[in-house]
Amino acid sequence: MPRLLTGNRLETGDVIWWTGDGWSLHLNDAVAVDDGGEALIAQFSPQERINDLALIDVDPAPGGWRPRTTRERVRAVGPSVRPDFALPSLPVDAI
Amino acid sequence: MYRYDEYDQAIVDARVAEFRDQVARRLNNEISEEAFKPLRLMNGLYLQLHAYMLRVAIPYGTLDSRQLRMLAHIARRYDRGYGHFTTRQNIQYNWIKLEETPDLLADLASVEMHAFQTSGNCIRNISSDQFAAAAADEIADPRPYAELLRQWSTLHPEFSFLPRKFKIAVTGSATDRAAIQLHDIGLQLVHGPGGEIGLKVLVGGGMGRTPMLAHVIREFLPVADYLGYMEAILRVYNRHGRRDNIYKARIKILVNDLGPAEFAAQVEAEWAQLKPLGLDPPPSELARIAAHFAPPVLAADAPVDIDLSNPEFANWVAVNTHPHKVPGHAIVTISLKAPGEIPGDASADQMDLIADLAQAHAGDEIRVTHAQNLVLPHVRRDALFTIWQALHAAGLATANLDRASDIISCPGLDYCTLANARSIPIAQKLAVRLARQEADLGELKIKISGCINGCGHHHAGHVGILGVDRKGEENYQLLLGGSGAEDASLARILGPGFDEDGIVAAVDKVIGRYMTLRAGPDERFLDTYRRVGAEPFKEAVYG
Ligand code: HEM
Ligand code: SF4
Repeated sequence: MPRLLTGNRLETGDVIWWTGDGWSLHLNDAVAVDDGGEALIAQFSPQERINDLALIDVDPAPGGWRPRTTRERVRAVGPSVRPDFALPSLPVDAI
Repeated sequence: MYRYDEYDQAIVDARVAEFRDQVARRLNNEISEEAFKPLRLMNGLYLQLHAYMLRVAIPYGTLDSRQLRMLAHIARRYDRGYGHFTTRQNIQYNWIKLEETPDLLADLASVEMHAFQTSGNCIRNISSDQFAAAAADEIADPRPYAELLRQWSTLHPEFSFLPRKFKIAVTGSATDRAAIQLHDIGLQLVHGPGGEIGLKVLVGGGMGRTPMLAHVIREFLPVADYLGYMEAILRVYNRHGRRDNIYKARIKILVNDLGPAEFAAQVEAEWAQLKPLGLDPPPSELARIAAHFAPPVLAADAPVDIDLSNPEFANWVAVNTHPHKVPGHAIVTISLKAPGEIPGDASADQMDLIADLAQAHAGDEIRVTHAQNLVLPHVRRDALFTIWQALHAAGLATANLDRASDIISCPGLDYCTLANARSIPIAQKLAVRLARQEADLGELKIKISGCINGCGHHHAGHVGILGVDRKGEENYQLLLGGSGAEDASLARILGPGFDEDGIVAAVDKVIGRYMTLRAGPDERFLDTYRRVGAEPFKEAVYG
């Protein structure tokens, strides 16, 4: 099962996703890190710029990824009750 | 309104400067997140699902128009144009940036507000009756007693590292609008044998994982001995409260383990030791504080009779206003629960409008209720129509106070990192569904939490809903029979849980059965449940 690396940007708290050479606000920019995830966490943690680094399980979906848990889908898109703020990676009604 | 004196202002300003420095050092990586996290929590800043969340303290839920306008400004300038009023009479902002927080806190401090002691194992923001100083049934304004406690306990080193968070509520009426039986300490102003005012002291209530109702440990405490006695309670708790297990650390567990009688005896013994130290301030101090809370001067000859020929207005007056101490006046509750909207959320524009109305018509005061609504406590009845028209135009004139669509809901999985399930969408669906019949249903309090922490008071709901995690899926338990009022009780789980559509259907079935069982239109759901028990409802839902 694919895994993605995510965290919250220190300065803003924004949810961000590892893209292979940087970080993006958009889930669908993420690359699967799979077994390399722990090593990336070990690399980024000491830099102290990203909070709550974590690996999450996803399934491939049209155009990108679908996180397995409701919690991670909400994190990726925004509050399901505020579609006006939703990020485009997943349709809000697919949360 | 309480006004900061030079000490209060100096403390708050110093805290903002200190936090500004801490944030700068964190942003420069001079301190680690591990070291910084407790510092930001001490200033009310949590990291939630989408961003930082800031919890701003609103002591006793009391605001003036200048402060409410500042809350609107903060929503616009630092957030996304709205805020969420909570069951602890605070406000939370959901989209805060760490790098902007020092400026935000400086703006707050300019109107005598702050965010400290909204997190951590300290004495949290003290809550009170939203109708304080206005309710026709009150003995005295409870807020000066709460304010004295606040001044004594704020940043008090002895109480900054309690075994666990500590929540106090104070009320001046026998009608309990502050849920005093569900707080760590609940205080109720009462008359003594000679007619003098004193306090009834309750300890050990709480919700969350292990819900319990508080026990009365003293029927009458003279006001002059008030702080010393509180200190004694906290000392016993500090000494014996469990620090080894976070789930057993609240004072309710200690009171339960020792037994209320033994706990009370230990408090009395501690108090006897403290008394000679003369901790209590002279009565003039309470009087000084009370003067700050004096209500506006209201005209005793304001007309009582008003034109109620507009039926929608008349209905709003009947449902959302309460009698005031002073004839010709009313207490207005502004519902933040229009069916389909997010319970407790208010936009910056709505806050500004309410601030304007408070300034023009309500003695410049606004209150936040634990049911996540706002109150204008001092309104002339002959201004009600003007106020209603303005509220109506802003979508704020929903007449549903204490009815089925006036639902308490925590932020749940839409915002909160601790959540198991979403609570807001359930509240929205239920409110829309029940709004049509709610006039017929009468008082019905539905309360929803997204996890066992119980921020949405589900254990105190006539109907309570608790979000749980079932193998990664959102699932909801249904509880019935709770109350957070003077007839407090803890709701009980009816049976197995449901998915999102299932829980809405189950509540519908419960209400359908109530309508066939109730003894008459005046018998509330809660009373019917208490009379007939859970069985008929179980049968309706699962049968
Ligand atoms: C979103 C961030 C929040 C976090 C991290 C949080 C965390 C918690 C936790 C851990 C508890 C259980 C404490 C214990 O039993 O010892 C709790 C209880 C509670 N929270 Fe929250 N909460 C949050 C939001 C809220 C909101 C939005 C409200 C108001 C709507 C609220 C009001 C309460 C109340 C009334 C309790 C019950 C107190 C008791 O145990 O008696 N909290 N919260
Ligand atoms: S009850 Fe749980 S989900 Fe709801 S706000 Fe509290 S901690 Fe979050």
